[in-house]
Amino acid sequence: MAFYVVQFLTGLASAASLFLVASGLSIIFGVTRIVNFAHGAFYMIGAYIAFTLTERLSGAVGFWGAIVLAALAVALIGVLVEMVLLRRIYHAPELFQLLATFGLTLMVEDLVVLIWGPDDLVGRRAPGFRGAIDFFGQNIPSYDLFLIVLSPVVLGILWLLFQRTRWGVLVRAATQDRDMVAALGVNQKWLFTSVFAVGVFLAALGGALQIPRDAVHHAMDLRIIVEVFVVVVIGGLGSIVGAFVAAVLVSELNAFGILIFPKISIILVFLVMAVVLIVRPWGLFGKPEAAARKTPGLTVNPWRPLTSNERLAALAALVVAATLPLFAGNYALTVGSEIAIFVIFAVSLHFLMSVGGLASFGHAAYFGLGAYGIAFLAKMAGLPMIVCLLLGPLLGCMGAAVFGFFAVQLSGVYFAMLTLAFAQIVWSIAFQWVSVTGGDNGILGVWPEKWAASPSNFYWLALGVAALVTIALRAMVFSPFGYALRATRDSLLRSEAVGINAKRIQWTAFVIAGTTAGIGGALFAYLKGSVFPDNLGISLSVDALVMVLLGGVETVSGAVIGAIVYKALNIWLVSQTDLSKLVLGGFIVLIVVVFPKGIVGMLEMLAQRRRKASPPGSPLIAKPIESAE
Amino acid sequence: MSVAPPLLAVEGLTKSYGGIHAVRGVSFSLRSGEILALIGPNGAGKSTCFDMLNGQNKPDSGHVRLLGEEITGKKPREVWRMGVGRTFQITATFATMTVRENVQVALISHGKQLFNLFGSAPNFDRGEAGRLLELVGMGGYADRPCGELAYGDLKRLELAVALANQPRLLLMDEPTAGMAPRERVDLMRLTAQIAREKSIGVLFTEHDMDVVFEHADRIIVLNRGTLIAEGSPAEVRSNPQVQAVYLGEGLLYDAEHREGASA
Amino acid sequence: MRARNYFVGAAFALLAGGMAHSAMAQDIKIGEINSYSLLPAFTEPYRKGWQLAVEEINAAGGINGKKLVVVSKDDGGKPADAQTAANELVSSEGVAMLTGTFLSNIGLAVSDFANQKKVFFLAAEPLTDAVTWSKGNKYTFRLRPSNYMQAAMLVEAAAKLPAKRWATIAPNYEYGQSAVAVFKKLMSEKRPDIQWVDEQWPPQGKIDAGPVVQAVAAANPEAILNVTFGADLVKLVREGNTRGLFKGREVVSFLTGEPEYLDPLKEETPEGWIVTGYPWYSIKTPEHDAFLKAYQAKYSDYPRLGSIVGYQTIKAAAAILAKAGATDPEKLIAAAEGLSMPSPFGEITFRKIDHQSTLGAYVGKTALKDGKGVMVDSVYKKGADYLPSDAEVEKLRPKD
Repeated sequence: MAFYVVQFLTGLASAASLFLVASGLSIIFGVTRIVNFAHGAFYMIGAYIAFTLTERLSGAVGFWGAIVLAALAVALIGVLVEMVLLRRIYHAPELFQLLATFGLTLMVEDLVVLIWGPDDLVGRRAPGFRGAIDFFGQNIPSYDLFLIVLSPVVLGILWLLFQRTRWGVLVRAATQDRDMVAALGVNQKWLFTSVFAVGVFLAALGGALQIPRDAVHHAMDLRIIVEVFVVVVIGGLGSIVGAFVAAVLVSELNAFGILIFPKISIILVFLVMAVVLIVRPWGLFGKPEAAARKTPGLTVNPWRPLTSNERLAALAALVVAATLPLFAGNYALTVGSEIAIFVIFAVSLHFLMSVGGLASFGHAAYFGLGAYGIAFLAKMAGLPMIVCLLLGPLLGCMGAAVFGFFAVQLSGVYFAMLTLAFAQIVWSIAFQWVSVTGGDNGILGVWPEKWAASPSNFYWLALGVAALVTIALRAMVFSPFGYALRATRDSLLRSEAVGINAKRIQWTAFVIAGTTAGIGGALFAYLKGSVFPDNLGISLSVDALVMVLLGGVETVSGAVIGAIVYKALNIWLVSQTDLSKLVLGGFIVLIVVVFPKGIVGMLEMLAQRRRKASPPGSPLIAKPIESAE
Repeated sequence: MSVAPPLLAVEGLTKSYGGIHAVRGVSFSLRSGEILALIGPNGAGKSTCFDMLNGQNKPDSGHVRLLGEEITGKKPREVWRMGVGRTFQITATFATMTVRENVQVALISHGKQLFNLFGSAPNFDRGEAGRLLELVGMGGYADRPCGELAYGDLKRLELAVALANQPRLLLMDEPTAGMAPRERVDLMRLTAQIAREKSIGVLFTEHDMDVVFEHADRIIVLNRGTLIAEGSPAEVRSNPQVQAVYLGEGLLYDAEHREGASA
Repeated sequence: MRARNYFVGAAFALLAGGMAHSAMAQDIKIGEINSYSLLPAFTEPYRKGWQLAVEEINAAGGINGKKLVVVSKDDGGKPADAQTAANELVSSEGVAMLTGTFLSNIGLAVSDFANQKKVFFLAAEPLTDAVTWSKGNKYTFRLRPSNYMQAAMLVEAAAKLPAKRWATIAPNYEYGQSAVAVFKKLMSEKRPDIQWVDEQWPPQGKIDAGPVVQAVAAANPEAILNVTFGADLVKLVREGNTRGLFKGREVVSFLTGEPEYLDPLKEETPEGWIVTGYPWYSIKTPEHDAFLKAYQAKYSDYPRLGSIVGYQTIKAAAAILAKAGATDPEKLIAAAEGLSMPSPFGEITFRKIDHQSTLGAYVGKTALKDGKGVMVDSVYKKGADYLPSDAEVEKLRPKD
């Protein structure tokens, strides 16, 4: 019995840091609607600065002072980030802030190594909380007890802050209705900045408090960020109590789950999230989102099919691209193939995200399923390449059909998180089911047949498929189905009122996007000759999001450009420098600030400005910004 | 020989939220080609009532029948397929699409082409879309992005969209809210004309009593969730109960306005 | 669409980049790939190691009179990116062979690439047995002692312990799973009397150490096998120390004696664990002394195991290239098979049968000295002594 009590307390202690970080994320999202990908980075910086300070300042006062100082210092960094970067892009399309914070995260991961060195750092134990307390023969670390007490205290302080102060009232009001607060004449800028600071403070505090029990290292952010998102979503976005309950729930399920299924940790949080979201689409303590703007961003330039001149230009560009093998070497061709494959991947997500308004955070699942489909068919069934290429993507199609059915019942961030959960579940299966998938070591030897083996032939194959897929999806945008899909994105209410079964339309779009991603994955398997769980991983899903956002989420063909620029730059940077993350992150942040509508969105705006020959600052330029407000 | 059922028959419609009756036992009917106004002070249950007619909201009890066919509990899209068009109090349009495209979406849905993946939507039923837009006086705006339209134009666009499936019944929730007086008259005149020409029944809610009394064939009055009066404009105008309700509300309404203006 | 123009532009940039590099045709180039950005703690010393080797080789006249150049690429920890890098090295840089890699899956990806493109590949660090056995191929050789070899070395010591009730803690992926499987198999062969009472499989990099330690303690084993490393190991050790998990229990642990993993533990270092590792401070052989002196002189830092691996990888590559006298892969394979050479750990041989080198590892016990973790009672175990019989290896390896 004592064992179960101690296991329960251990679970509570694990919940503490999860809660601290999650509550910060939840507050920030609730008020600013920013999906703060950099939250894990702030957590990590908190730990690093706390490490440095705790090594310098001695004694108990020094230690605890260092923890608080570190959190304050990071909060200050957060304020800077908010004022310099995020403030500029609150009116950009939703999720664009995600791109900015993702860029920051990349930069921070390299920066901490530059500043603190590559080694894992192990900090001091907390003065007064070094040992353990005996509980009927079981040891409970006293630091655990400290954490167990701390998190309800923090919860209480936050509660008082939100219930008893004017600031708190404003924050709660803003969480429910941003526009209303703006209408009340509150200085929204400073409200957002202060909320961001508090959120970042909590994240950094969570990181700093890990010093006595964890190692400080440059991958800490990734270790926690996904889990924290999950906790926030299970609890219900914007709900602090929800974050608390969810953190405890997840930690306790883990603490007791490993007694029965020792391998459960890897998948548990995602299973819980999937179940919670299917049963309670807004999380345990969340409220249905007010009918906010559904679109990723409002554009006043309606989409139109290409004119015949533009079609000719596109064709000419394609022809030029097709001549690459005449003068380029094998490496350039292979890179070209890879870029073409990522164009397929990006346009597939674009179809779902821009046309359908459904931003999937787990799109790599279908890409990877397509790749595994090929591996199974080619390696186990020994089918010819053409047959594999035709059948392999069906695995992506089936995955999308099953997961998409549940996912389209939700919308907005909840949709995104459910897709993430499904992708992580698929990834875990590929990662763990070693006897079938080879686990982490993947499936090797999936090379193309002779006719496609030469880099130029494979390049033509990839380019051809990419062109076909791009054309087909573009045609679908301007098909009756495409109109219906955009209709469901713009107004669910109106589309239902004109007889559209929105869920079925969205589900169909999900399946189309998943199958298309599967085609990309299938080609990718042949390009690399192997398949790994990476092909289904979060970082690939994020890559896809970045490519779409970079190109311009409001445009019809932004994803193509986004994919080419991002992938080419990525490959080039990785080849040139070990600090590719720093440079790439910096580039992304720059793009976000300079081109808040994405590369193609920016080009379109310039083209339009020129066409109308209107002076800068004319209503034409001002309008898109206004409409996004 | 039984009498042909009315276009819309509402019987004992009831809905409560947490013990508060929003709508209680409301019954009325509507004939083809008739224009019926549903009025009542704020919080009388008009919108709740309205939402239950096209499936936006489910009643606790009661029935809604269209030409004798039960539509209670059906989803909005199913109700639309039975020939019920609707406009919203706060306009709901497809903001990133052009005016024509908005109408085309409704036409695509009406033509059951929603899952047509490779057809050309820009050319879909262009003629019909143009005719509908002409009908509501929006012909010149066909290529304008919907997000740029003035509020009154959005209302007219909604009307065109609502007419796309050749409805038998139009439900219009505050069709003239937010419009200039002149626009109100135009829109209601247009609606009445279309309704009579095509023999469409129209049910609308409205705050502006001038609009109501000028354009409605018949009026029903809701107060605190129950039907308190029904009849021709003249009958309703002279109904003391209605007067009492509206006098109170009118005062309140004026007072609010004055406060707002001075603040 | 402007898309294609960008695309062509990017391609030109890549082309130009490729040409700029391949100017010096007289040099012998080796392509090197590792997870520099993902695992800097291990790859930094590794890089220093191979840079030292390059310096020494060129100072001694290069390879058959030609200067040795190592072109190094980061793989970001992703197999797919490692292949892109391999492709660039082979196609654009025209390297004579590929070397490097740390993670098993990346080692396998590059090995498969080498097999497909018929390029010689010397895997440096990846531990998975598959590299030389189940997924072995004729183009791939490996330097470091494999999972199996390390398990066999540990089992030799573990089997002598009186403990009968064993629990395992391993990261939940292929490396952890196969380490536990091999250890269990070899252990059960030597000691049919032991029982496996609990197994814990925390996710790699995300251990929730408290509950794991508690769960293992509840099973009350007499001994524990640990396979976690890096930050997970730190958390496990800290929780285990606080909760007294290791008190009165024997612990056998993979890799923990390597400075990369041992040093961060500082005063938390648990005492008496049986580990594989690299006690650079207590190795007193002339070969190692020479290496140590050169390394400390160049970097004013002590070597980690990665330094040895990086150093020896390039030394081995150079030896193979020198013996082959050519860069043709078939000749390189012929030269490498059965080739013996000196190393800081003594002479090693690349076996003909499975292309595994006989580089060994040190097995010893952890101890705490002046607030730092060290290995004591260390003994060098020759790799050759911990490999299965040739007949068994034949069965494990696919026919070329």
